Amino acid sequence: MTREEIINELKNVVAPYTNNKEMLAGLNDQTDLIADLKINSANLVDIIIDAEAKYNIEIDYDSADKMINVGSCVDVIYDKVNKK
Amino acid sequence: MGKRVVITGMGVVSPNGIGIPAFLNAIQNGISGIKFVPLYEELQFACQVAGKPDFEWENLKNYISEVSYHGLKGTNIAYGLTAALDAWADAGLPYDADEARWETGCVFGNSAPDAEATKFAIGKIDNKESRKLGSRMVEQVMNSSVTSYVSGRLGLGNKVITNSSACATGTQSILMGYEYIKYGLADRMLVGSSEYIDTYIYGAFDAMRVLSRKFNDQPEKASRPMSATAGGFVPGSGAGALVLEDLDFALARNARIYAEVLGGSCNSGGQRGGGSMTAPNPQGVARCIDMAIASAGVNPNDIDLISGHLTATMADKFEIQNWSQVLRRSGKNFPHINSLKSMIGHTLSAAGSIESIACILQIIHQFVHPNINLEDPNPEILDIISQDCMPTKMINKEINVVAKANFGFGDVNSCLIFSKYNNQ
Repeated sequence: MTREEIINELKNVVAPYTNNKEMLAGLNDQTDLIADLKINSANLVDIIIDAEAKYNIEIDYDSADKMINVGSCVDVIYDKVNKK
Repeated sequence: MGKRVVITGMGVVSPNGIGIPAFLNAIQNGISGIKFVPLYEELQFACQVAGKPDFEWENLKNYISEVSYHGLKGTNIAYGLTAALDAWADAGLPYDADEARWETGCVFGNSAPDAEATKFAIGKIDNKESRKLGSRMVEQVMNSSVTSYVSGRLGLGNKVITNSSACATGTQSILMGYEYIKYGLADRMLVGSSEYIDTYIYGAFDAMRVLSRKFNDQPEKASRPMSATAGGFVPGSGAGALVLEDLDFALARNARIYAEVLGGSCNSGGQRGGGSMTAPNPQGVARCIDMAIASAGVNPNDIDLISGHLTATMADKFEIQNWSQVLRRSGKNFPHINSLKSMIGHTLSAAGSIESIACILQIIHQFVHPNINLEDPNPEILDIISQDCMPTKMINKEINVVAKANFGFGDVNSCLIFSKYNNQ
């Protein structure tokens, strides 16, 4: 799975958690989940749970802590998907 | 003296109508919201009927953001949000606010959190999948879930509190909001209550053998307050919400005024003198009604209508006895009395707020709603009051003062006095 494929699917994973649809459409590595997409920090765990199901991976607590912008999310997911 | 408190907005999610126009039509025409519930038959409950609002979950998208909607599981939250936001809009107020509304608080009650949502959490945890619960469970199983969703949506910044006093909850929430405004601590209070009777709470009531069980094949006949064939109450779900405002504050913004809260009282019989966990001490009931009338500054003879607690159990006749003794009125001199529960069943914590809305509608439109299923009034009740006091068809009548009471497990009582708004 390429980074581009991951980022495209990530849009769908993140969609239910943001009201900022414009920002979502232009999602890129620098997009910050909290500052740009205005996602409630408490809800980040829901995105991680959904990503686990979507990519059929397990994201441990330490890796999850790194997932603050789209780039770092893709890094973690890319790593887990391709390690399988 | 304190400030005068008026009602400026109402919203309702009732088994016989969602929204004020549908609900008004239902109570004027004696439309029942009680239906057979196949799941209860499957679970082998003795009572297989219930009052459940014809609620469309999708409709919530008109009230809350998509993000908030996604992951919402609590039905009591859905009912409460709908009633509260409808009441807010009915008062002519906008939903969105950038800053907290410091002048407005919220007292919203429920008798229990949504047990179905709780069960979802328990299932995942017992299955060693607690990490899959995500971030939205706590906010939906805490006691203050409904209040938190409502106050958060509207940005309410004054006192925000969740009250719980079993079946007296709804009337109590209105009383608490009324008192807070009366003493000048808030200009506006959004008050009410919401209840979703899931199978778990329902089953426990069924086990107590206090529910109707002889009319499973005729659901609309099952709730029979004050009748000789009253055989237990019919559980119901729903929510009611009211916007209360300081009169001067309401007048200053040219708000439409529906009615006035003249006074009220809330007490307990202490589970003494015949009172218990499940039965009221008659002295407690009498004191509660007496103090409500005194605080309203009305004479017992001024009361045009009583909206009773009247659940369709043995207790109905004791309730009538209490009213009669406190008001010193009997026979044909007794006020009109009705029980909304004949149409929607007993919505527990929501009963007080939905029934209060019915009271206010009867004041606005000057009528007494019918008691359905009262073709066979209890002879012991007829020994106290005239049959004419318990109309079975809607009657048009001048209604100025209405007394509304509810009594709950734990021997708690709550009584409110509403009146037509007089500009003087």
